[in-house]
Formats: sequence, C-alpha cells, structure tokens
Amino acid sequence: MMTLRGVPAAPGIAIGKAYRFDHEEPLVPRRPITAKQVPEEVRRFRRALELTRDQLQQLQERVGREIGAKQAEIFQAHLLVLEDEVFLEKVLSAIKREKVGVEFLVMEVVKQYLQALAKIDDEYLRERMSDIRDVGRRLLRNLLGIEHTTLRQLPEPVIVVAHDISPSDTASMHGGHVLGFVTDVGGRTSHTAIMAKSLEIPAVVGLEMAMSQIATGDTVIIDGFHGAVFIKPDQATIRRYQRAQVRVREQGRSLNKLRDLPAETVDGHRVTLAANIELADEVASVVSHGAEGVGLYRTEFFYMNRPDLPSEEEHYLAYKKVIEKTGGHPVVIRTLDLGGDKFLSQLEVPREMNPYLGWRAIRFCLARPDIFKTQLRAALRASIHGKMKLMYPMISGLEELQQANQCLDEVKQQLRRKRVPFDEQVEVGAMIEVPSAALSCDLLAPEVQFFSIGTNDLIQYTLAVDRANEKIAYLYEPTHPAVLRMIKQIIETGHQAGIWVGMCGEMAGEPAFALLLLGLGLDEFSVPPALVPEVKRLVRSVTLEQARVIAEQVLGLRTGREIERFLQARLQEVVGAKDTDDIVAGLRA
Amino acid sequence: MSPVAARVVVIKNPQGLHARPAALFVRTANRFGSRVTVSKGRQQASGKSIMEILTLAANAGAKVRVEATGDDAEEAVRVLGDLLEAETGAEAEGGAR
Repeated sequence: MMTLRGVPAAPGIAIGKAYRFDHEEPLVPRRPITAKQVPEEVRRFRRALELTRDQLQQLQERVGREIGAKQAEIFQAHLLVLEDEVFLEKVLSAIKREKVGVEFLVMEVVKQYLQALAKIDDEYLRERMSDIRDVGRRLLRNLLGIEHTTLRQLPEPVIVVAHDISPSDTASMHGGHVLGFVTDVGGRTSHTAIMAKSLEIPAVVGLEMAMSQIATGDTVIIDGFHGAVFIKPDQATIRRYQRAQVRVREQGRSLNKLRDLPAETVDGHRVTLAANIELADEVASVVSHGAEGVGLYRTEFFYMNRPDLPSEEEHYLAYKKVIEKTGGHPVVIRTLDLGGDKFLSQLEVPREMNPYLGWRAIRFCLARPDIFKTQLRAALRASIHGKMKLMYPMISGLEELQQANQCLDEVKQQLRRKRVPFDEQVEVGAMIEVPSAALSCDLLAPEVQFFSIGTNDLIQYTLAVDRANEKIAYLYEPTHPAVLRMIKQIIETGHQAGIWVGMCGEMAGEPAFALLLLGLGLDEFSVPPALVPEVKRLVRSVTLEQARVIAEQVLGLRTGREIERFLQARLQEVVGAKDTDDIVAGLRA
Repeated sequence: MSPVAARVVVIKNPQGLHARPAALFVRTANRFGSRVTVSKGRQQASGKSIMEILTLAANAGAKVRVEATGDDAEEAVRVLGDLLEAETGAEAEGGAR
C-alpha cells in the first residue's frame, strides 16, 4: 500500500479501480498538399516544435521548482525527442516526398518508432515509449490546435487519475462512470474542484505523483475529506473505508430529512438557500437537496469543446429546462463569464500575461455584443417559463453596468417589436467580486435589483492571491478582516438601497462562514447542491440574534486565522460536532 | 576524408543504454561535430537520435561499437565510450543540467 497526500477538493469516499486519463490520440486526417504548400507545411512543423518546446520547458521549470529536479528530468527526455535529428529529418523529408499535411506524418513517424520499441520486451523502454507518445501527442495537439477528450463514455465505474482535468473534462464526468478523481496539479478552489463538489464526486488534487505511481487497474481509495489517496490498499484499510462510506451515506440520509424544511432560524428569520449549477442536468440535484432555486447558473459550458458558437435556441432550451424544473423557485442565470481558467475553443482569444485581470467576463461580452445579446435574448425568452433573474459577472464600475443594462434594454426592445413574450419584471443583479465594485457598490445599487457576492474572485483580487497556486494557497483566507469588512459593507449598502444581497461563492457553503454571513445579514446563500443540507441545518440551529452577536465579535478580531478558529468553535456549540468529523476521527485511528 | 574513430565497449551501467543513460549519451553526442553511430550486432543507430538509440535496446553487458566521423571523432569516441563503460556515470552526470 502506498499513501499520497494532496489537497481535498471534494468530500466523500470512493473505492475502485484506477483509470489513467491520458489524452487520447486525436483523429488525424491524411491531407494532401501541393508542392507549393510544402514550405508552409515545413514552417508549421517548425512553429509547432517551438511551441511544444516552450511548453515542455515551462513544465520542466515548474516541476523542478515545485517538486524536484529529479521529477523535472522526465521532461528532458521529452525535449530530446523534439531535438532528435533523425526524427525531424524523417518528417521533413516525408513532407517533400509524400506531399501530405505534416500532422499525419508526425503521427505516422511516431507510430513507427513506437511499433519498433513495442517489439522489445523491456521495462525501461515502456517508460521511454510513454515519453515519446506524450511528446507526439503534444506536438499533434499543437499542430491541430485542439485539446479534447471525454470521460463520459467510460465502460465501467472507475477512479480517474490524471495530471490535470480541465473544467470541461470534469463536466463530461457527469452522469458517467466516475467514482472519484485525483490529479497531480490544482488547488482547493480551482474550477475543477468546484465542479467536483457540485457533481458530488470525491476528489483529491495537487497530488504531484499520482500519474507516476498509479497504473490503470490499481485499486485506489480516495479520502476526499482529508485529501488522502491509498494505492493498492490492504484489506484492513479497504474495510475501514467501506465502513466509513456506509456512515457517510447514512449521514447524508439524515441531512436529507431537512430537505423539505425552510432555511429559517430558530427565531423565524428566513433566508433563501439556493444552489449553484453548471449544467442543466444538475438541476435534479438542486431539487433533491432541498435548495430553493438556483442562485448561480454558470453558462460557460455552452461555449466549450465545440468549433462553433452555441445558438440562441440551445441556450433557450437549456434555460427553459432549468427554470421549469426548479418548481417555481428563481433561477439566477449568470451571463457568460469567459476568462481566467475558462476559455472558449472557437474564439481566438489571445493568451494573456494576467488572464484573471484581462479580457474576460462582462468586459468580453461588452466587446462582443453579438455573443452577449444572443444569450440575453435566449434568457429573456426562457423567463416566461418560471422565475428567471440575470446577473452580470465581474462588474468593476458603474459604466460597465450601465452598458450591460443598455444591451439588455436593446434586446428587450427587439423582443417587444417582434411580439416575443418575456417577463417584464425580470430582476437584474450585479456580481460583486471586484474590490472596486465592492467599495463603490452604493453607486451600482440604483441600477440593479440585487447584488450577488462572488467570494472566490473577491478574495483573490482583494488579497492578491492566485487561488490556484499551491505555494500561496495559505494566504487565500475568506476570513481575512479586509474581506469581511468588504462583505459587511456590500450587504449594508445593498440593504440601505433596498435591494437584496446574496452570495454565490464557495464561502457561503462552509457552515462556519455561513454562520457569520447570517449574522452580517446576508439574504441569499447559493452553494453547491451537496452542501445545501449542512448549511440549512446550521441556519435552523441558531437565532438571528445569536448570529449577529457572533458577527459583531468577529469584526473585533484581527487575523483570518483567529477568526476562522473562533467561528469553528461557535459552529461546534451551535450544531454540535459534525458527523463527518466523527467519521474523519475514526479514519485516523 | 574526415577522420574516423571507433571503439567497441561493453555497457556497464545496470540500466543499460536506455532511460537516463540513453538521454545522457545523446546529449553528450550532440556536443560533438562528428557524426556518431552506435551499432549492436547488425543494428545501427545514430548516436544523436534518442529514438534510434532506444530501439537498439542495449542492456547492461551488451557489446556495442561506437563510431564517429568528423574532426573531433577521436575525442567523441573516447568520451562516449567512457560513458558507456562507466558504471555510475549516468547517475553522476544525469543530475547536472
């Protein structure tokens, strides 16, 4: 048995067989070229080589810095393949001789080498083969400008092991056979981790060595509570985790009893407890966990992994489905939030030095009103099927908000002219996730009907911490006094202006933080569906007055850590030790 | 005529001429201007091609012939031959980049 430790990304326990998710071979057509095109093919090949070399060098440097020189050496072998004169010469001469697109030739030549190596029965060579295969794939992907595989069609339930899983790959796990997943890179608040939580797939990320230690078919246990992964566990460990799994399920059932009860404090203060979703299919788990609607419907996935842009009809049908299935509760659709670690495959968005500070979200939408308005039209059309609200991501100031509203007005006018029905009372909100918006939200409030605090970005921007960087992840503190002061100010300002204030960031889903947020007067909590019962249990265990006193005390404390400890202690008093803590303690024994 | 030098060596490194020793060999060969070939039996490989060197599958104990053609042929054969005969050379130099 071998144990790896990483970052717990999504709670739960999974036991099963490992499946290594290496990117599959892309389909490469044999594309004839003319003699005239030969020089251009040669140039393409050289550019792809250069790009691949750059990527590998960056990777090597990062691994060397973060893991160790020895691990970084793997990439040295990769680089040697790229510099292999004989290999390059084979491809170059084949371009001239065969007059075929270079991607096909790269694939063929790599295949020839692999076939030659496969004939030799040697353990070391197996490793080298995977090096060559990796480089070949990377080169091909760079030549083709693609990156796409899917986890949807797995033949049996497995634990996915990968270097990294993109948010779109994570999305493809939904409804598939993925028991859990582990990755070598990533942090707690990467989008992949967030997705895993909302899909309720136990996950551990940032393991660094999973790909080098786990083979397809190995038995693996994921402990998503602690971020531990056991490879080829012994029988005793398996039995211990099987027992824990049963208890986790039982506990889930007891929380489910809360499902049909309102999110109401002991003294009768109601809050809205909604859920975050990413895919229309997830709406079922919103209802099954007893959330009152959707507080954040992310819409980026319409745009991912496809060569064209989604049509208005596609948007409309998905929105309609979600709105109809939430049983009369509101659905807050967030308009396209491209950027950061989410990119569109079909748009040539230039690579940026600082993507989180770059051309993203509402900035992108205002620059591409064609794309923006298609989405707005679809959402407005869907609004007649229930209760729909709209919110704009990453608003940083008044003008942006006014421009976005202007677009919306234009779309409304269009629909009225064409006599297309929509809900004239549709509420519009601004996400408050940029410090400038937080500090000037009094100026924004008159333009909207609600605020939704996006804590993941707000914390990252306020504290200047890249949440995906494991080295500084410890600085990412939701309880930092600066963050709390901002949240307090947003809520108070919203209330003074007579609008409601919600939160759709990760923070709202942590019961200890939810206790504080309740005391600060937050009106709406939107959390991953799986976390709804726990937050509801917390709300139903306190009085508003208690929560207010706690919030008051917190604002007198000086460090994030102090505040977090204080809140955890108060939480224990309020709801008692969490059942999961017992399970967790049991597992340590 | 370019100078030619050759030497027959028995590979001592327990990892044979693969994995890191192969990478080290190729990197070292690349430092020389001479053309370098390595042959094992009837198989021949360019000493500057990692893929070809790997397909030789030369294990520890294998007898290979290193041949270089070019101005620095003699030096190349000496250094590369020593490398193959060294039992731990790859380990010692493998870490240096």
